[in-house]
Amino acid sequence: MEQTKQANVSLPLTFQQRIAATLAAALLGSFLVYGVGLANSATMHNVAHDGRHAFAFPCH
Amino acid sequence: MIGRILLAAVAAGLIAGAFVSGAQMLKVVPLIYAAEAYEAPAPGAETHSHDNATADHSHDHGAAYMPDDGFERIGLTALTNIVLGAGFALLIAAGMTLRGRATNWRLGLIWGAAGFLSFSFLPALGLPPELPGMAAADLTGRQLWWVMTVAASAGGLALIAFSPNWPLRFLGAAMLSIPHLVGAPHPHEFSGGVPAELAAQFVATSLVTAGLFWLLLGALTGHFIGRGLQQD
Repeated sequence: MEQTKQANVSLPLTFQQRIAATLAAALLGSFLVYGVGLANSATMHNVAHDGRHAFAFPCH
Repeated sequence: MIGRILLAAVAAGLIAGAFVSGAQMLKVVPLIYAAEAYEAPAPGAETHSHDNATADHSHDHGAAYMPDDGFERIGLTALTNIVLGAGFALLIAAGMTLRGRATNWRLGLIWGAAGFLSFSFLPALGLPPELPGMAAADLTGRQLWWVMTVAASAGGLALIAFSPNWPLRFLGAAMLSIPHLVGAPHPHEFSGGVPAELAAQFVATSLVTAGLFWLLLGALTGHFIGRGLQQD
């Protein structure tokens, strides 16, 4: 019941906090996903190889 | 406050990444190993090999670090999944904070489903999950198509889910379909040596494990962010 109540409630963040959190999370997240999934470095490719195939990143 | 959100996402990625590593070891990775037995560069075809780089490749596999089979390779795959889990969870967290609504695991489940649609399911319509040794078009073109499809899918789904009116929702649906009307880059001939049965199994198992991973990741991210911000 608390969960249905929560659905219409805002996060307890100010507008600035929300924007800052969004930017920080999006930048860091993109960096990690790019590095693991897409970076065109041979070492990164070999380390992440099986994971890239399993998650269907375009590989090779 | 921001630190808690980032920490919540990293924790979710750690758990979901560890979970999916187990699932992959059972169902997905054996297929990759099996396919590597068939992996031989066919003359003139853009198949790929781990033992030696062909002239078509922009990077050389031979000179770079290569994990040994066994514990080292399995451990690095698990690490890959955990880092990838943290990255995906951070992107979910970015969506949640931009949206600005309180979250919990149920809402997180929907975010996870949207992540699966955007990052796995819809791109698979153009670029099906691929085993080593399968024929494929130029890598840069495929990566570009993949990134644009992920962006168009996530943006389109957000428009459909959050728009206040129907024209914008239809715009979202149009965004979803554009990458598939354009079409993904494909090889001109099917010259890979991997048996079709193996490839078909791989498509099914990798999509199912990715789907379970995304649902768990979304639920955990929603739960941890909801809890983390509740305590003040």
